[in-house]
Formats: sequence, C-alpha cells, structure tokens
Amino acid sequence: MPESPNILDIKNLEVNFKVYGGQLKVVDDINFFVRFGEKVGLVGETGCGKTTTMKAILHVLPMPPAVIPKGEIYFKGKNILKMNTNELQRVRGKGISMIFQDPTAALNPVFSIEEQLGAVIRYSINSNKDSKEEIHQRSVVALQEVALADPERLLKSFPTQLSGGMRQRVCIGMALATGPELLIADEPGTSLDVTIQDQVLRLLRKLVEEKNTSVIFITHSLGIVREMTDRVYVMYAGDIVEVATTKKMFANPRHPYTKGLISTVPRLTGGGVASGIAGRIPNYLHPPTGCRFHPRCSSVMDICKQQKPVAYNLDEDHQVACFLYQKEA
Amino acid sequence: MNEILTVTDLKKYFEVGQSGLFNKNSTMVKAIDGISFSVLEGETLGLVGESGSGKSTVAYTTVGMYAPTSGSIKFKGTDLFDKDGKRSLASKKNIQIVYQDPSSSLNPRQTIKDILEMPLRLHQPEKNTLEQTIRLLDLVGMPPEYMYKNPHMLSGGEKQIIAVARALATDPSLVILDEPTSALDVSVQAKMINLLLDLQKKLNLSYLFITHDLSLMRNVATRVAIMYLGKICEIADTSDFFQKPLHPYTQMLLSSIPVISDAEEAMKPKKVISKGEIPSPVNIPNGCSFNTRCPFVEDICLKVDPVMVNQGNNGHMVRCHLFSKNIQ
Repeated sequence: MPESPNILDIKNLEVNFKVYGGQLKVVDDINFFVRFGEKVGLVGETGCGKTTTMKAILHVLPMPPAVIPKGEIYFKGKNILKMNTNELQRVRGKGISMIFQDPTAALNPVFSIEEQLGAVIRYSINSNKDSKEEIHQRSVVALQEVALADPERLLKSFPTQLSGGMRQRVCIGMALATGPELLIADEPGTSLDVTIQDQVLRLLRKLVEEKNTSVIFITHSLGIVREMTDRVYVMYAGDIVEVATTKKMFANPRHPYTKGLISTVPRLTGGGVASGIAGRIPNYLHPPTGCRFHPRCSSVMDICKQQKPVAYNLDEDHQVACFLYQKEA
Repeated sequence: MNEILTVTDLKKYFEVGQSGLFNKNSTMVKAIDGISFSVLEGETLGLVGESGSGKSTVAYTTVGMYAPTSGSIKFKGTDLFDKDGKRSLASKKNIQIVYQDPSSSLNPRQTIKDILEMPLRLHQPEKNTLEQTIRLLDLVGMPPEYMYKNPHMLSGGEKQIIAVARALATDPSLVILDEPTSALDVSVQAKMINLLLDLQKKLNLSYLFITHDLSLMRNVATRVAIMYLGKICEIADTSDFFQKPLHPYTQMLLSSIPVISDAEEAMKPKKVISKGEIPSPVNIPNGCSFNTRCPFVEDICLKVDPVMVNQGNNGHMVRCHLFSKNIQ
C-alpha cells in the first residue's frame, strides 16, 4: 500500500485469547485507521478491548494465550503482524511509542530516571560507540521539553521521589524522546487529579502539535476525548460501533450505545443523572449472536439477534454499525 | 432542618518518622487542620478535593476509625467520642461508610450472606438475620439468591451495591460515601447514583459524599465543600456554588474539568491556568496554604492565613483574602 494517507491502518483485526473452556473473542473484526498528524480517540468502558487492540499494534500481546486468527495492521504501509524481530524493534523504537495509564507502574522503582530514560534513548539511536555524553544531553532535553524544572537533579532521582504528575511527565518525555511518528496514550490522565491532569494534557497536546505526531488516545473519559481529539472511535465489547469526527459524535451520536454512554455523563449544567445502560458487558466466551449490544439495546429488532451489523456510512466521516441506519445509508 | 452531624474545628495530625528514645525529631502531618461543617438531615454534602487534601481522613475520623487530635464531632448533638477517645457500639450504628474500592472492602472468602450478616448480628441480635439479609438485598434491588455468591462472582458495580447494603444493615441515619463510584464506569456509575438517591428518599438518609468529581456533585449534592490541604476553602449551596465560584482554587478546579458540551463550557469560570502541585501536608506553606499556586497572590497571602467569611445570605462561605478585604 504505497502513498497511503494513513500512518496506521487496521483491517479486519480479530484477537482471541485461549482459555480453559474455549476462546475469548475479545477483538471482533475491527477496522481502524489514523491519518498522518491526526489525533484519534478510542473510547469504551472497562473490558471492551481498547488496550488489547493497542497491544496488538505494538505486537506485545503474550502469545499464547493470545491468538490473532485474522487481520492486518499496517504501519506506514508495512504489515506489523508479518515483521521480523528486527523490523519490529525499529518500529517500536522510532515509529510507535506508548504512554501508560499508571506512571507509577510504568517506571521501574529500582532504577534512576537517568538509567530508564537513557536506556530508551540508547535503544533508539542504536549505536555501539560510547555516546554517554550525547545520551545525557538528550535526556536533559527530553525532561526540559515536558516542562520539568532542574532536569539534572531529576535524572539522578528515583521514581518514588517524584509526584504522580511529575512521573507522568517523565513518561511522556520518555515516550517522545525518540521522536515517534505515532504515539499511543493509554488513559494518560486518569490516575491524576483534575488540575494536574489538565496541566499534563495541555502539555501533551502542545508537544504533539509542535512535532506533528499522530496520536491515539485510549480513554473512558468522554470529556478528555472532546478536548483532545479530531476523530473518535467508540468501542463496545470488541466491536467498533461508531466512528465520527469529534464534533459530530458529540453533537449527534447515532448508535444506541454511544447515545447511552454520552447521556450517562454527569453534566456541569446539572439536570440529574441519567439512568445508565441496562445490563452488563457480555461474556467473551459466548458473546451474544448478531450485534453484541442487542441484549442491552432499547431499540432492538429481530435482525439484530441474527446478523452482525456492518458499518453503515451516514456521511463521509460518520459510520455506525447498527441496523437502525441500514435504510438511511 | 436539623443538623445531624456537626463538626467543629476538627484537627487530625499524624506523626511521621518514629520518635523514640534516641530520636526526638518526629514531624506532624496535618491531614485535617481545623475544619468546621455540618450535615443537615436528609441532605447530601459533597466534600470535594484532590488527593492529599485530607478528604478521606475526614471520612475515617467521622466514622470513628481515628480519634481526632482536637475539635469535636457531634451526632445529633451528642459527642461521638467519650473522654477516652472511644466510641460506644450504639453510636457506631448511626454512622456507616461505603469505601471506594469494593474489591478490597469485601472479604473474598465470605459469601454475600456472611458479609451482610456480620453487622446484623452485632447490632440487631434479636432479629432473624436471614429475613433481614433478604430484606437488605431487596432494598438495593438484588435477587435473594445472590446471598450465596462470593464477591468475585459479581461485577464491580454489583460489589459496590453489596457494600451499600452492608452499610444500610444497621439502619444508619448518616452514610459516608468515600468515592463510591470512582472505580466504576460511567454507565455503571449512573445506576449506582440513582440507587443511592432512591435509598436516600426512601430511608431519609443523609450523605457525606466524598469525591473528586465536581460534575457529579452538581447533580447529586445539596451543598458542596471544597477542601485543600486539610482546610475547607469554600462551602456553598450547589446552585450558588456552580454559578458563582469565588475561591481561586475552586475556579481552577472548575475550569480544569474536561466537559462534553458547549453549554457546560459556557458555565465554566474564566480559565484559571492550573500551575504547580498540591504541596506535601508535612510542609504546609505559611499564610494561605494555596499561595504557591494562586494566580491572585498578594503579600498578605504569604503571611496571614485567611479566615472563613460569609458571602451572601445563603451560607456561601469562602476562605480567601480577596473576599475578607471587601468586608473591611
């Protein structure tokens, strides 16, 4: 696929986990793409397969138990699933990097920041010659970029000596130190307080916009998605149920699940709390037939129980996988 | 309305760093540093703050897990703690708590029946516990067969509902909710909140709702109090609070919330750029504790700790020099 406008293209990806008693069908035939320089959100509730999808992109799923029976993941036109170890390492070093939800767990408590940050940089410049000084310089720059004061002192400290917000900044600095083209941010602000989250997200946005990095935000916070992204995918139980530009998604959500999700967010303007979505997320061992959302859907029809809906085009930037829109499309 | 809980000048300090025979240097963490508030009968008081602000310490002290360093906690006019800092069993019955993480607050080795029976046997030994357990499950909308399940068989939301049922087992009049929904997804949170509001109406409960989610408080609380470094910096009726946030910290909090509609965006106060982090409670700044992050800081803020002043008639209190000056 030469000259693709997309940095990342996931086609018909399926991920299963082999467990005692069968296979968990966690990611169920999804299509997903990110354009160059685009900020994309992936929203869904706990256990809907967001993180599994992202781990598949980095090819870091433990296999077994995970199996990928079907699908392609193209990064700049090359299929990640078919790469050899060398190529993969190059992609992970300079192509794609990731920020994790919990900065406390992402940093190793027994190594200093310098050792950890230095390792990332050494790995990416991939040189055998003694480049200690260069690595040190680049570590300092990486910390300065994320607005951390006194980087020399910070490099010598250990993760436990830093506050949560500082740790997350270090993680962001580490992820961006290698100059990646695609950044995956897995709930980057969730474990932080709202004022610190605001600082960290503003910083992250500034950095990716300066460097024109493509970003995937994985989150369950719709507020963060609205502030940070250009386009949103909504995921439910391993399926992408709706995709639209962020504006359209919030102005006019179409899928019953998206509507339910948006209505349950408590508003600053008041008006009480909506009743939520009935039922619970399905069992992946025996997911519901047809549309996986049908047991919880208020506008369920007969066809939903038998057939899996495909993504219907509502307009150029808005697709929804729901039979309600079959005629409209 | 009657005050059900009255907290006056409550302080709770923790000693850190062992002080022993050879080491006389211990430091005090001022987790709560002189707060006063009250909870009225049937209302929900939202206590909002960042991590490290001392809001959970307020919860634990109110429920009686910690004896206060000084100050008083009165339940319906009687002191919660006797002279020795102990509490009677009868006083424990009236105030119950629901913790943040239901996975760790329910014993994984007990069945739901065991979990619910424990407070029943302690506080109402004369009644038939099985009947009471079924009644409790019915109250929170769970089928009776859930009795024989273990916590790991339930989803996160269901576990939290069991934790609520356990708190209600003793017929309390005040329930302290310590971030009861922050471990849950939004759609589950919505169901949980509706259940709590139904129960409040049905049983005439008062809630002290501890959380960091201001958008949620807009929809749930009768009054909102903001805590920062062990002190309350603003307290007001919910509608008043969101229409006219006064304290710079409140404005910073409100303007930092990611929201999902333009209407909400319009409601936020003018952006107060969030800077710095909450200082360590071991080393609280002199003067106003917010002076390290405040965009409106003046000389007086660095020296003198402001006092609570009344703004308006409906009990809108704020602790900031910007407003104490106007009064003089």
